[in-house]
Amino acid sequence: MSNMLEVADLGHTYGDHEAIGGLTFTVRAGELVCVVGPSGCGKSTLLRTISGLVAPSRGDVSLNGSHLAVVFQDYSRSLFPWLSVQGNVEFPLRSLPRAERRARAAEALEWVGLSGAARKRPWQLSGGMQQRVAIARALAYRPALLLMDEPFASVDAQTRFELEDLLLRVRREHDTTVLVVTHDIDESVYLGDRILVLSGSPARLVADLEVPLPAERDQVTTRTDEGFVALRSKVARLLNVGKPALDVEKWAAAERESLSETVSS
Amino acid sequence: MRAFTRGLLGIAGFLVLWELLGRSPLLPADALPPPSVVFGELVTQLTSPEFISHVVATVLALLIAIVIAIAIAVPSGLVLGSIPAVRHATRAVIEFLRPIPSVALIPLALVMLGFGPETKITLAVYAALWPILFNTIYALDELDPLLVDTARVFGTGRLGVLFLVALPSALPFVLTGIRLAATTALIVMVSVELMAGSQIGLGYFIMEARSGPGRMDQVLVGTVVAGAIGVLLNNGLERVRRRWVAW
Repeated sequence: MSNMLEVADLGHTYGDHEAIGGLTFTVRAGELVCVVGPSGCGKSTLLRTISGLVAPSRGDVSLNGSHLAVVFQDYSRSLFPWLSVQGNVEFPLRSLPRAERRARAAEALEWVGLSGAARKRPWQLSGGMQQRVAIARALAYRPALLLMDEPFASVDAQTRFELEDLLLRVRREHDTTVLVVTHDIDESVYLGDRILVLSGSPARLVADLEVPLPAERDQVTTRTDEGFVALRSKVARLLNVGKPALDVEKWAAAERESLSETVSS
Repeated sequence: MRAFTRGLLGIAGFLVLWELLGRSPLLPADALPPPSVVFGELVTQLTSPEFISHVVATVLALLIAIVIAIAIAVPSGLVLGSIPAVRHATRAVIEFLRPIPSVALIPLALVMLGFGPETKITLAVYAALWPILFNTIYALDELDPLLVDTARVFGTGRLGVLFLVALPSALPFVLTGIRLAATTALIVMVSVELMAGSQIGLGYFIMEARSGPGRMDQVLVGTVVAGAIGVLLNNGLERVRRRWVAW
């Protein structure tokens, strides 16, 4: 299997706060990889460097394809309120002819079960539906890699289960390669083919675990499966054992410094 | 509906007060014609082609002024709001120009532009620029960075972000700025017509009615119509905002 994403010795430093401390990993084509780590460990920085929003201080990110797509946690701020649902899904497809744009948007909306909502405005939809629009927009772009930043952290538990299953279904149906960043251990085990466990700030790779579960998963039976429970405990131990995840003093110092910088400039 | 009824009651109360004050011996005779007289005269004037041409002249000049102000202020706001260096360089000049009352510029404008409609349009543009300019700049400050990140992730360049994200996102603020600017422009427009010896327009009509025959009922007809133009503009723009930028 070919690699869709190769990350080599990726490091990023803000001022003298080291957010990521040299990460090396790959994501294979068609794989769903979850990155799990404690809050504030640099997961968001990792996502921003991979997506190209931030140039990393060191290391390389190489994507086997022309572009990737991102689904952000905060769907309400990531959908364009002045565009219809369809307009939002068509946004990444602006360079295509109108008819093809229409067709691809309609198709992607069908995948996420929102064909009926194409003409609505995003803010007329529930949170879960809005995040489905964001997922449809990302899928319509046909990315080499779908990056997701805590994609289900802002919806209620019921919706979260639905969206997790939706993600598993669409990526199976369309053979999408996915990298999900999450702080939720259960979610990482339920969704992932593989889990990358990160340590606290600066983020370092602690473990790269295969998930020994069948591709077909189910919210009730999978979560009680022995393999699921064992792996969940293992990830939890990896995340909690050892030093505290966050060096609070160091963070506070870095923050004071960045504050005084903005004031003086 | 209750709010609407209350609004009508308020207007009725105002008219009754005006009627009583107009007919009371407290004021010199004919200084304040009561509404019953003014509205009678209004009906007469509305059928007079001369009066209508004054109204049309003012409204037309006002619309031209608003369009020019938008054409100057929105692009300038986009530049000032997205390039901090330009904003810092122009801050002192803008802070000096902004508080100058447009009316204080009438003599200068008369010397530079003469007595034609250019003068009143220029001064109304000057007054209307600031609310639109500052609302546009403010809107860009409020632009959600996540929207920009989203656009960038989907392959949008700097210009694309400006026109596809920053501009639409600023639109509600810009429209509010235009609404405020329209009212200001109306005030300046009528003031310049009153003071600057213009030959046509609502302000000129008011001035003529007072200084010539001393027809205070006609003065008030002009005033009422000026107010009505203001209300129509304000409500119209508010409707546009609600209809087209309802987020």
